[in-house]
Amino acid sequence: MIPKTIGLVEPHQLSLSLPPEGLLLESGRTLPEVVVQYEMYGEPNGARDNVILVLHAFSGDAHAAGVHHDQEKRPGWWHDMIGPGKAFDTDRFCVVCSNVLGGCQGTTGPGSINPATGRPYGLDFPVVTLGDMVEVQRQLMESMEISRLYAVAGGSMGGMQALEWTVRFPEMVERAIVLASTSRLNSQGIAFNAVGRNAIMSDPLWNGGNYYGGPPPAQGLAVARMVGHITYLSSESMRQKFGRRFQTGRPGGLAFDDQFEVESYLSYQGEKFVDRFDANSYIYLTKAMDYYDLAESWGGMSAAMDRVQGALLVLSYSSDWLFPTEQSKEIVYALARAGKDVSFNEIQSPYGHDSFLLEASLQSELITAFLTGKKR
Amino acid sequence: MNVFDVIVDMVPSGATVLDLGCDDCTLLERLHNERQVRGRGVDIDDRSIQECIRKGISVFHGNLDEGLKDHPTGSYDYVILSRTLQQVRKPHLLLDEMVRVGRQVIVNFPNFASLINRIQLGLGGRMPVNKNIPYSWYDTPNIHFFTRNDFVSLCREREITILREVILYRQRIAPPVLPNLLATEVCCLITKDGSAV
Repeated sequence: MIPKTIGLVEPHQLSLSLPPEGLLLESGRTLPEVVVQYEMYGEPNGARDNVILVLHAFSGDAHAAGVHHDQEKRPGWWHDMIGPGKAFDTDRFCVVCSNVLGGCQGTTGPGSINPATGRPYGLDFPVVTLGDMVEVQRQLMESMEISRLYAVAGGSMGGMQALEWTVRFPEMVERAIVLASTSRLNSQGIAFNAVGRNAIMSDPLWNGGNYYGGPPPAQGLAVARMVGHITYLSSESMRQKFGRRFQTGRPGGLAFDDQFEVESYLSYQGEKFVDRFDANSYIYLTKAMDYYDLAESWGGMSAAMDRVQGALLVLSYSSDWLFPTEQSKEIVYALARAGKDVSFNEIQSPYGHDSFLLEASLQSELITAFLTGKKR
Repeated sequence: MNVFDVIVDMVPSGATVLDLGCDDCTLLERLHNERQVRGRGVDIDDRSIQECIRKGISVFHGNLDEGLKDHPTGSYDYVILSRTLQQVRKPHLLLDEMVRVGRQVIVNFPNFASLINRIQLGLGGRMPVNKNIPYSWYDTPNIHFFTRNDFVSLCREREITILREVILYRQRIAPPVLPNLLATEVCCLITKDGSAV
């Protein structure tokens, strides 16, 4: 029997058909060209009303499930959740995931060529917002002739976009799944993003964002990723995973050539990240997250929530201190006050903010119940 | 006939309802179907939450012992607490919270002073175990034992008005004769004194 899972998948690229002035951004500036990288799992049905748009988190990409080639070691970032018989059941739904605007995995971002100069944008790339990302996703849906979404779903920055979708294009969203997310980052979240940006900008190779064609600010970007990784874990999961064990060297040596396991893990994560991520995208995307404030952009939380038409499922995770349960509750109770259809659960999980990527069982079951259950 | 029939009967069509300790949303589903309410459930159990979501009923994870602080005052027409008051840590505080959040509150509970319990404890000398209180003393979710009269006097103390009281005897509505002696279960519609009815 063939195992029921998504195998080889192919990334697609689509160039948005824009008016002559280009894509107007929330900042007032425009982009002359926008290319979107996306992947699709499952097929749209005849009525094209079974499409689920999955929204990736800060460092994610369009590659949500399956593998690009037989030798790929790790499948897409939400492979456990997307596939035949899984929570996002590709026998029934057509799942689409695209790389965000400002990213570096195929969609137009600061590393793309600026048509005006023929060179990469660097810091000439306009500031983009989560709203701009959602607008690009809507235009992608329009190009694919999809006018209503069965659901939008995402965790962390992806959850923030899912929320923005329900408020910005309420008539298009039947359901939204918002995991480990918030309507605005708290100052602790902004602070960690600031440390990441500072690490990059203080690397001499960053050179004001002009490093394309030469060596990238790998050291700065790696440090940024190390800090990020600490915030995605919990104290408990780090204790279980690493404790105080040593990876190399003689414990207590004075040459500092010894390394705790947690150190070597973070170094490895930092190095691995440098190979696939652009430092300028790190800056643009963290800024987009920091600036995002749903209530502020829609004239208050209750005005924002009044616009919502679809049903929402909001999940938080007990050990997530970066996007704590309290922030999910803010969304949930604001929706409740507006009389909207919203369900909420806090999942007991030791994995910190990363839980939504790792905690498959209860999360899957709740999402399945939400996607396939009765709609009132 | 059971207590859910009594509750459904107390709720008018189109009301907004918050069901605390909603379990698998059996009651809320009936209220949706028979009274077209806009309902929401609160429960602490993952499986219950999953079942409510499957039934398409809005549900929140919540611990009743932490009160209802996230729910604004007067935000529901009816707050319901079915067979749970004897299971929470501070029943008097939860009662205060319910009459704050709900314009009216429906609460039902087993009457510990019912005749069968009196016989089992008073004559038999053992803690009552029967259809109404089906748990042995060492393994029970019930952590407070109180009677119909205890409840009436608690309401008076906390300035809560009992608008309607339905007496059940073995799952059937009984005439309100000697309620503290005969009721196996009591279902009350209550409201905070002075709040608009």
